[in-house]
Amino acid sequence: MKGTKLAAVASAAFLAVSTGASVSAQDLPSNIHFLIPGGAGGGWDGTARGTGLALVGAGLIDSASYENLSGGGGGVAIAHLIETADQQHDTMMVNSTPIVIRSLTGVFPQSFRDLTPIAATIADYGALVVAADGGVESFDDLLTAFREDPASVKVAGGSVRGGMDHLVAALAFQAAGEDPLSVAYIPYDAGGDAMTGLLSGETQVLSTGLGEALAQREAGQVRILAVTSDERVAEAADVPTLTEMGYEMVFANWRGFFGAPGMPEERADAFAEVLGQLYDTPEWEEVRARNGWVNLYHPRAAFVEFLEAQEAAVGDLMRRMGVI
Amino acid sequence: MDAMLTGIGTGLSTVAQPINLLMVMVGCFAGTFIGMLPGLGPISAIALMIPITYGFDPASGMILMAGVYYGAIFGGSTSSILINAPGVAGTVATSFDGYPLARQGHAGKALAIAAYASFSGGTIAAIFLLLAAPALASVALSFQSSDYFALMVLGLTAVAAFAGRGNFLKAMMMTVLGLMLSTIGSDPADGMPRFTFGRIDLLDGISFLLLAMATFALSEAIMTVLKREKIADSAKAAAKGHIGSLKLSRAEVKEIAPSIGRSSILGFFIGVLPGAGATIASFLAYGMERNVASSEKKKLFGKGSIRGLAAPETANNAAASGSFVPLLTLGIPGSGTTAVMLGALISYGVNPGPQLFVDRPEVFWSVIISMYIGNIVLLILNLPLIPYIARLLTIPSHLLVPLVLFFSLIGVYLVSFNTFDLYMMVAVAGLALILRLFDYPMAPMILGFILGDMMETNLRRALQINDGSLSFLWERPITLAIMLLTVVIVVLPLVGYFRERRALVRAGEGG
Repeated sequence: MKGTKLAAVASAAFLAVSTGASVSAQDLPSNIHFLIPGGAGGGWDGTARGTGLALVGAGLIDSASYENLSGGGGGVAIAHLIETADQQHDTMMVNSTPIVIRSLTGVFPQSFRDLTPIAATIADYGALVVAADGGVESFDDLLTAFREDPASVKVAGGSVRGGMDHLVAALAFQAAGEDPLSVAYIPYDAGGDAMTGLLSGETQVLSTGLGEALAQREAGQVRILAVTSDERVAEAADVPTLTEMGYEMVFANWRGFFGAPGMPEERADAFAEVLGQLYDTPEWEEVRARNGWVNLYHPRAAFVEFLEAQEAAVGDLMRRMGVI
Repeated sequence: MDAMLTGIGTGLSTVAQPINLLMVMVGCFAGTFIGMLPGLGPISAIALMIPITYGFDPASGMILMAGVYYGAIFGGSTSSILINAPGVAGTVATSFDGYPLARQGHAGKALAIAAYASFSGGTIAAIFLLLAAPALASVALSFQSSDYFALMVLGLTAVAAFAGRGNFLKAMMMTVLGLMLSTIGSDPADGMPRFTFGRIDLLDGISFLLLAMATFALSEAIMTVLKREKIADSAKAAAKGHIGSLKLSRAEVKEIAPSIGRSSILGFFIGVLPGAGATIASFLAYGMERNVASSEKKKLFGKGSIRGLAAPETANNAAASGSFVPLLTLGIPGSGTTAVMLGALISYGVNPGPQLFVDRPEVFWSVIISMYIGNIVLLILNLPLIPYIARLLTIPSHLLVPLVLFFSLIGVYLVSFNTFDLYMMVAVAGLALILRLFDYPMAPMILGFILGDMMETNLRRALQINDGSLSFLWERPITLAIMLLTVVIVVLPLVGYFRERRALVRAGEGG
């Protein structure tokens, strides 16, 4: 999928932002400081560094600096950003769907409301994956097996119980009219470990990101049953969406950026705009294609609305499942 | 076979390009120094290299990283041996016998053994990798959570090395303490905080680095200050510039050669398993070596046995090579380090997996060939350096102790950037010091701590998959086999002990 994909709700809000006063270049600092709540080499790290590299490469900003501050599932970086907010007007912190989930479960006391949401920039959709030689051909096959005996369908994922991979699987079964509580979820330390679990035969399904699933599919090891995007993804045109099968469920694991609380509006708007300008540059296209990211742009107010919608959907499910 | 020979040819010609040879050397050199600093292990060394290698050709990038990788592993062993500061979990077992050897004035020899063992382990494993990588992909996938649980339990039996007579209870207590410490932080399955006292600093648990630096390096340094007479000794040794000979006697070579052979094979196969890795491999090799040793040699373990040093060091490196099997054949990282490498490969536009061998043979083969070259370069570079590295010990202790304190504290801080870790480190070091004064061994605690987390996650996962029943213990052949082996290892010495006692009693009656 090359173009930008906007959810209906977001495009309405996007108009609201773009009708505002245009942002002048002077609102932009010459150096953007990226705060990364995880260690070097992780998903957040790659997103921040890739974005910074493309911004500088395209000449949109002069320079970018990076700071890794891991701990507490991202909570340490959030606390740091809030504590030193006055000195952090040049800083963007990268984050993703877990900020919503972890503030719901109380991993950290803050939520996205305590920060200045700037923009969501990329997404990875959820995918349900089975071993290629496992005999399960489609999501409906899986549902049949699940209806016979829910405990026989063990779902692997790279997050804790109540974490993102678990929620995506539960949402999918819920959309198909099944009880999300009877999904037998097996947590692994990371997506790669969960993939190993699936291939070793100890679990029957894997809930993971589409990007990770595509790499393994190319290797001929797995079959992707369904993807949680609203329409088919170009890189995997043969994989049906849950929606087209008649199960209303769309889930995007977004990645995006936040500013410190109290960041001047003009500055936050300028950041959001420069991230939007980035999409049309060849430098971004190179970084995006290399990492298999899907563009998803929700700036400022649209981002807040998107976050609230996700928080409501995920929160409902988590309460039903008794996770919170 | 033809395809393989062509492949080896492609790999050799790629690696033999001057620029790539330079990469291996720079990588080994940089890796050795990065690895020596506490807190910077192979993972961080490689992560540091990723931005540098962005513009490189994928083969050159991977060659540089392979060099850094082996260099960092070797560098990590030097700090374990010289100042008892294992910066990464994989070198903890190296310090068990390496540090006592250095204290006895054999620092040079200990480092040389580490270098030879690393070289042999890495090279033998690279040969396995070359011959059998595609066939081994299925081995990598044959282990399930219950099997990994059994493997961790087997790893715990290495504790026996520290449970000498009279110390048995203390070693067990320290193991349990380590297992308990490993439960601090987010519950690995549910994400619920445990024993964090509401502090966000404890949410990720106690880091291995903090615990190892506090209980090994810091408390050792303070111990040196407390035991004044010993300072006088080491000062005397320092005055002479005494690091011992680098040379191994013929008898010594004969003694460690079989250990290296066994440990290479064990290490490689453990490395192939995506859920195990170099740390488990080094503990298992250490335990195995002690179990096959004669009762005479057994007593030396933990007090400066050259076999106790060679075995984990070999297995550690063999496992490092082994962990490339799942990476290159399945696209699944077998360890933290290969996970970082996987990220690097993807950022070069190379997708590892079974088709890497077909699509990008020059990358596949040059990675394998660069392992040989990396090992050879490492040996050539490091053997002449050993006398200089070992001279670190000749620094008078009134300078060395503050240096060790400084580097271990800085090392921990630079990883977390959290001052809370520093306070905790000092507190843990204080407690460790008290425990050590009462002769409680620290190694079993670290062992329990490292294995505890993996034991717990795998056991809980196995239970969930099995719907809460423990039947996997006898229903899965691999689990059952490893469990039986564990029982044999635990029970056999007891049988021998009782037989010996009975014989003594009888002899007493007779005389």
